[in-house]
Amino acid sequence: MRFLLMTTGDPQATAAPLDENLMIEMGKFIEEMTQAGVLLATGGLDPNGIHIKNSGGEITVTDGPFAEAKEAVVGFALIDVRSKEEAVELSKRFWKIVGDGEGEIRQVFGP
Amino acid sequence: MTASDTHRAIDAVWRLESARIIAGLTRMMRDVGVAEELAQDALVVALEKWPESGVPDNPGAWLMATAKHRAIDLLRRNKRLETKQEQLGHELETGPDTAEAEIDAALDDDLGDDVLRLMFISCHPVLSTESRVALTLRLLGGLTTDEIARAFLVPEPTVAQRIVRAKRTLSAKRIPFEVPPEAERAARLSSVLEVLYLVYNEGYSATAGDDWMRPALCAEALRLGRVLAELAPKEPEVHGLVALMEIQASRSSARTGPSGEPIPLLEQNRGRWDQLLIRRGFAALLRAERAGAPLGPYVLQGAIAACHAQARTPEETDWARIATLYQALARLTPSPVVELNRAVALGMAFGPAEGLELADRLTGEPALKSYHLLPSVRADFLARLGRSDEARSEYERAAALTRNERERRVLLERAAACAPGKTGP
Repeated sequence: MRFLLMTTGDPQATAAPLDENLMIEMGKFIEEMTQAGVLLATGGLDPNGIHIKNSGGEITVTDGPFAEAKEAVVGFALIDVRSKEEAVELSKRFWKIVGDGEGEIRQVFGP
Repeated sequence: MTASDTHRAIDAVWRLESARIIAGLTRMMRDVGVAEELAQDALVVALEKWPESGVPDNPGAWLMATAKHRAIDLLRRNKRLETKQEQLGHELETGPDTAEAEIDAALDDDLGDDVLRLMFISCHPVLSTESRVALTLRLLGGLTTDEIARAFLVPEPTVAQRIVRAKRTLSAKRIPFEVPPEAERAARLSSVLEVLYLVYNEGYSATAGDDWMRPALCAEALRLGRVLAELAPKEPEVHGLVALMEIQASRSSARTGPSGEPIPLLEQNRGRWDQLLIRRGFAALLRAERAGAPLGPYVLQGAIAACHAQARTPEETDWARIATLYQALARLTPSPVVELNRAVALGMAFGPAEGLELADRLTGEPALKSYHLLPSVRADFLARLGRSDEARSEYERAAALTRNERERRVLLERAAACAPGKTGP
């Protein structure tokens, strides 16, 4: 089963440089997830996103950053696990490394 | 968190951690059966305590520490009962604290290597194939005997017995817990790969088991293959098998129709192939090729799968390359089925006459006597050569041999479509 783990937050606030210790811990965690055959893809997202909207055939494209962006997705990991509970457990481990913050877990259905 | 939530969380932790815990304990106790019991004991303690205390911060370490304490108790007790001088027992005598610290140190490094050793031991050739499969799913996949039984459609006591007997055999024959020495390594590794591919195929071709367990078996084999590839990165055949499994898995949603009927490779909707898995398969093949060794059977099969995955349409398939790969495969693992596949590739690459010539040579093969694909392949070539009467009777023969209803219908349709008397009298 695939799950997308997302970290949400204010892109401006999270733009601060990460401390070195956290980077090391994170690196170890990512290595461990890869070694366990769990991690399929991971990445961070550019806070300067593009907003696109279709309204009655009229498509509007607006460049970010956006003022109200507290719930924007700022990073993600796509994982392959055996159950929802495993996804939650791995997400907990991630948050114990990262510290305060919020995120979402969604199951990804097949292509 | 409710009690059942906690139980599900514990179950997830167990699935994620059990292989490493059992592997670490096996190193300590030198007995995979004892190690598994100790790990199970720790799980039972967790099931008692965690619903009250909550899941600890590092549940894997908690389980490991609990199991380790029990292991030390057991070693002390054994030490008292028997005068036999084990290395660990001796250290316990000189001071329990140092012994514990040394065990800690031994368990802390090389956890990955322990898992690799566990794979080698659970796939040891001294065990029967069924036992190897059951033990691997149990120790490395964290599956219950019930789950394994359901997957292979055998009674649960049978699986339990296989596992018990396997553990006893390993213990009685004093199979060492080690990465096999160079001289044995290739043979031992191929035994591990065989088990993984067998589990994968059981899930993929679904000869038994319920619907839920079938995809679970494929996923488990693929997961263990990925783990093995990280632990033994210099072994090209491991990457070859991973490539093969990733690419086959990429087609899983395209290979059955709405009513569950199988769709052959060349008729599948390629838009439904999973590009992420295909890319992972290609990456695994690159890793295999970078090892620079002569290509083994899994790498060759992975490369054939990659040829199909690379073609955006069936017409773009590089059949000439596939034929060459099958020829190399036939040299390594000669089999009539491989030859038949080569005949198909030759026919697609260089015309039906060439394919038919090889297929004709296979008609005397006892192994293919009731294999419907032989007449079916010959029929396709005969039809393309305009020998309609022969094609029709070959299609009919294939239809009579297949056990798949949908396939039978397709073959009979093809037989009917062969215009009569084109080359006949």
